[in-house]
Amino acid sequence: MDKISLLLWLSGALFSLGLLGVIVRRNALVMLMCMELMLNGVNLSLVTFSHQRGDAAGAVLVFLVFVVATAEIALAIPIVLLLVRHKRSMDIARFSDLKG
Amino acid sequence: MLVMREPMRVALALITTMIMLGGIYGLLGVHFIAAFQILIYVGAVMVFMVYVIMLLELREASGSQRYSRLLVPGVGACALLVGALGVSVSTRADAFVPNAGAPAFSLSQFSSEFLSRYWLEFELTSVLLVAAIVAALAVIKVSRRAQGIAQTIAQDKTLG
Repeated sequence: MDKISLLLWLSGALFSLGLLGVIVRRNALVMLMCMELMLNGVNLSLVTFSHQRGDAAGAVLVFLVFVVATAEIALAIPIVLLLVRHKRSMDIARFSDLKG
Repeated sequence: MLVMREPMRVALALITTMIMLGGIYGLLGVHFIAAFQILIYVGAVMVFMVYVIMLLELREASGSQRYSRLLVPGVGACALLVGALGVSVSTRADAFVPNAGAPAFSLSQFSSEFLSRYWLEFELTSVLLVAAIVAALAVIKVSRRAQGIAQTIAQDKTLG
């Protein structure tokens, strides 16, 4: 197994572990962190492909992912903060009355 | 990360993962992405997360459940996903990749391409950041208004 496929395995495993965390865990902050893990897995695969092709497009996309992740955290953290202040709990089962 | 109960331990595990990924990027030769991984993810995003965890200091009850009821199907589906991704990687690893094994791009090549060929994405990034700032301010304003209403209700109850 060469380096590229090893790195792609690693990125797929990181993405799947992040998805598993989002599905399985009940803590809202832990779910946010698992979403960060999914973004990191995608970033690793993008960097690997960019390295494989000697092309800068993947690195550009990685930078856009950085910006999107920062904006997402900057928005999600105040919302989670307000929800947790309101419900006095980080359990997402308590937030089920938010269903549209 | 998935089995730890305290959010702070999860955050520290995630920070370690991100630093290791930065090391992998550095070993791949894309040093500027490694630097930005450390600066943005560890320096900004995770510090913000740790700050919020320490700010909330909300302790879950010890008898509370750690996992949702989707634990068994979630684990099964993720095993399937890892298997599918791994099979696709290992069977298509020798697929035709145009100019594979080309020399790695340099930072100057990257930055000139970022600002010339992908200028529209660059500008859209700034629009996204402005929208995020405005939305964060709107969220804070909503919370202030809700607090004000709650305070007036409490004052009415104490008065009447």
